[in-house]
Amino acid sequence: MSLSREDVEKVSLLSRLKLSEDELVVMTDQMSRIIDYIDLLSEVNTDDVEPMTHAVEQFNVFADDVVHQSLPRDEALANAPKRDDECFHVPAVLGD
Amino acid sequence: MSLIQLTATDLLKKLSAGEVTSVEVTQAFLDQIESADKQVGAFLSVTKDSALEQAADVDSRRKAGKPVGLLGGVPVAIKDLLCTKGQVTTCASKMLENFIPPYDATVVRKIREADGVLIGKTNMDEFAMGGSTENSALGKTSNPWNLDCVPGGSSGGAAACVAASMAPLSIGTDTGGSIRQPAGFCGVTGLKPTYGRVSRFGLIAFASSLDQIGPMARTAEDAALLLEAISGHDPMDSTSANVASPQFSQTVGKPLEGLRIGLVKEHFGDGLDSEVEATVREAVKVYQSLGATISDVSLPHNKYAIATYYIIAPSEASSNLARYDGVHYGHRCDEKQMIEQLAAEKKAFEESGDEEGLRNMDTSLVRMYRQSRAEGLGPEVKRRIMLGTYTLSAGYYDAYYLKALKVRRLIRQDYDTAFKEVDLIVGPTTPSTAFKTGAKTDDPLSMYLEDLYTVSANLAGVGGISIPCGFSTTGMPIGLQLQAPPLAEEKLLQASHMFQQATDWHTRRPELS
Repeated sequence: MSLSREDVEKVSLLSRLKLSEDELVVMTDQMSRIIDYIDLLSEVNTDDVEPMTHAVEQFNVFADDVVHQSLPRDEALANAPKRDDECFHVPAVLGD
Repeated sequence: MSLIQLTATDLLKKLSAGEVTSVEVTQAFLDQIESADKQVGAFLSVTKDSALEQAADVDSRRKAGKPVGLLGGVPVAIKDLLCTKGQVTTCASKMLENFIPPYDATVVRKIREADGVLIGKTNMDEFAMGGSTENSALGKTSNPWNLDCVPGGSSGGAAACVAASMAPLSIGTDTGGSIRQPAGFCGVTGLKPTYGRVSRFGLIAFASSLDQIGPMARTAEDAALLLEAISGHDPMDSTSANVASPQFSQTVGKPLEGLRIGLVKEHFGDGLDSEVEATVREAVKVYQSLGATISDVSLPHNKYAIATYYIIAPSEASSNLARYDGVHYGHRCDEKQMIEQLAAEKKAFEESGDEEGLRNMDTSLVRMYRQSRAEGLGPEVKRRIMLGTYTLSAGYYDAYYLKALKVRRLIRQDYDTAFKEVDLIVGPTTPSTAFKTGAKTDDPLSMYLEDLYTVSANLAGVGGISIPCGFSTTGMPIGLQLQAPPLAEEKLLQASHMFQQATDWHTRRPELS
């Protein structure tokens, strides 16, 4: 088992996911098996190989500096689970 | 022959000759959806009223002698991860079950402008993560050839709706094989264009350096038509290729002279079903009889493709899916319940004197994120977010993510070397035919290995197509994959059309009761 339950719990916090105790157990087993599999790459010699970040390597794509109409606020807020006329609402961040 | 049996190309001929109207054509496909989709489950939503309105508009323009677009009133189904303005776009996720995009994806806009009639949105694996459409949180799709089997995925609904004659054209997306594999499983033609050929603006992102939108249809001719309508540079997608788009529908019928075909040694190894292998080798003989020369090529790093893909794709996904936070759009947990739960946890820590527990407690904002995501996302999506977060995290980045990027270049170099010798690479689309529903759901890794022949094209950024090339003894379709160098879609389509002129596998249709 390459990952411990604690490792997986830590990753779940970094991932902003709340996993139940059962999910943590299953996830630990499944992730460990996948990690063991992807460890296959360690046998490839990649000395002096440049990493390839994109399929088509393009450079410096600039947009023209022109003012456009952006999404109206009402439309931007339309799908918000909780809002008022101007803002998205989140649970209290300060004074907890 | 009834209207729903016709190809888009033939429908267009009848439409422009005035033999049928777009309303009649659209209604015929809507009727087929009404009767067949109860069994197949290809659609998540059907936009009957707006489709008929759009069709009537095309008819009135055609009647008045005004210009009509390339798709001229032929229905098109859209995979439900492309934004459609004012119409629910779910990504087959509870997270986006009620999401109504404020804009159209570029591909959707182009289809509207080309007078393609938007008939509905098709089912898929949640956020396009999967190879069987079983990961959809919103419905089950069956393979029209055998309802006990999966249609493939992630574009399972997109492939199944074409196979079951519920739409002549449909749009899929392909991050690791998600157009080609379901096309193979359902016996239709599916093309993954070169990365950058088609704008990704308005596509709900999974892995941005791999995602590509492409056409699914009955024939290469129809795929060429739809590709022509959707391809081209888009200022809204800085990775879209700034090159002229060929008129694919004009060139698809021209046979290729002196075609050089390469068979990848590594695609005929362990794990390949013997029936699939025999069928694919027969298909290669068809090309030989059409004058192509056949030789062996090697993609030596192919065996690392799945491992490379399952580092890069989840890494990108973990970052892309961070946007689902329960704040801007999408599912949000019940806040009152969440606050009560936190208070109860705090009380428990206080009573037991657990200071570390108290210190490590989530704030209400963080818990809102975690709880909303836990409720809104399915198991495979969670798994990939977790994997990607792990492979990008401090201490593992070099060993996994950076390493995978380097191997990705080696995979691309293999292709560059092979394409010096041959024009096209030909082989099986998948190691076996469509499997039974539920057969692989308990073992994610075995599902991942299904992508063995398709992921490399995404990693390398080259184009690929799957066309029907035969059936198994159990009556399931077998797909032939063709791959071409970057931006050589014309060749892919021409070669596929040549095959379809010489064979009739693509004309077979499943019998639904």
